[in-house]
Amino acid sequence: MGDYILLAISAILVNNILLIQYLGNCPFLGTSKKMDTAVGMAMGVVFVLTMAGIVTWIVYKVFLVPFGLEYIRTLAFILVIAALVQFVELFLKKSIPALYAGLGIFLPLITTNCAVFGVCIINIDEQYNFLEMLVSSIAYPIGFGLALVLFAGIRERIIIGRVPGPMQDVAIGLVTAGFMSLSFLGFKGMI
Amino acid sequence: MSETSLVQEFTKGLWKEIPPFRLVLGLCPTLAVTKGIETGVGMGIALTFVLVCSNILIASLRKIIPNKVRIACFIVVIATFVVIVELTMQAFTYPLFLKLGIFIPLIVVNCIVLGRAEAFASKNGIGASIADGLGMGLGYTIALGTLGSIREIFGAGTWFGHAVFGASFQPFTFMVEAPGAFVCLGLMLGLMNLAGKE
Repeated sequence: MGDYILLAISAILVNNILLIQYLGNCPFLGTSKKMDTAVGMAMGVVFVLTMAGIVTWIVYKVFLVPFGLEYIRTLAFILVIAALVQFVELFLKKSIPALYAGLGIFLPLITTNCAVFGVCIINIDEQYNFLEMLVSSIAYPIGFGLALVLFAGIRERIIIGRVPGPMQDVAIGLVTAGFMSLSFLGFKGMI
Repeated sequence: MSETSLVQEFTKGLWKEIPPFRLVLGLCPTLAVTKGIETGVGMGIALTFVLVCSNILIASLRKIIPNKVRIACFIVVIATFVVIVELTMQAFTYPLFLKLGIFIPLIVVNCIVLGRAEAFASKNGIGASIADGLGMGLGYTIALGTLGSIREIFGAGTWFGHAVFGASFQPFTFMVEAPGAFVCLGLMLGLMNLAGKE
């Protein structure tokens, strides 16, 4: 049990997928200008990544490994993720329209989110068993969401501040992310 | 297609629309592989290969691909070339393959490749698409190389693995860690914006 908690803490804080492992930056900078878009994206990623992690893991174990097809995992995974996102979109539209409206354009964008694809690969490379993969698929996007929401909060303040012309928008955003990343590095001493 | 416009398509990727600075795409690998110039340039070349090949194929098939499933088709095309690159690198450039790690398969979801397919290759001829792919890819490689050099020289005191400063140099380790990547990229972006204005 302790191992799984450790894994979760590691995924959320120590090896934060966004601030330490550099995955998921495009939506990070794109949706963090306002808090509500950030929260929407965070929820979407948690939702999709959890399912994608599980499905790709199963696909790998059941379809690729027994046939010696590990090398086309890139192709297989991305197809699974794209199909999954499409499916989730349709499902949400029919059953939870409020959530669908809230996520809006971000849902299809999650297909190309490096964090989603990245975690699916991490699950395989680290050779997680089913439970570890489950923890990882839920914890990593929570870490992503955490970083995203924190960042959005800071960014909303920066917009009011006086940033020099060339540094505006993405540039200052990146520098800010750098300092956030620095603070998250402090977690390395935890484990 | 005139000669000058092909050259234009090529050179716009080198400065005016250089990823990841002007065209804010492809940020994830930019931060991760620029710890040193070797990995930066290596990634750039891999991405250029995928970009040019997928641009060629998509431009050739653009009239046949139905609009509704085009993104899925692009992804399949791109993923296929990424698998090719993955296997090739695993066979011929194994140390680099290990260093780039997870970011090689991640070329599939690199916004630059998909972005150029969507914005350009699906609407232009093969020749122009090749020029576009080469230009963007080369621009990206130069950007990665520059960022990688800065981070490596100041962060580790080496360049391509060879020591640059004397033995008494205290490396600015912040540069090769995650925070340094973000800050460095941010500052470079600011500089590029400044240069663009003048």
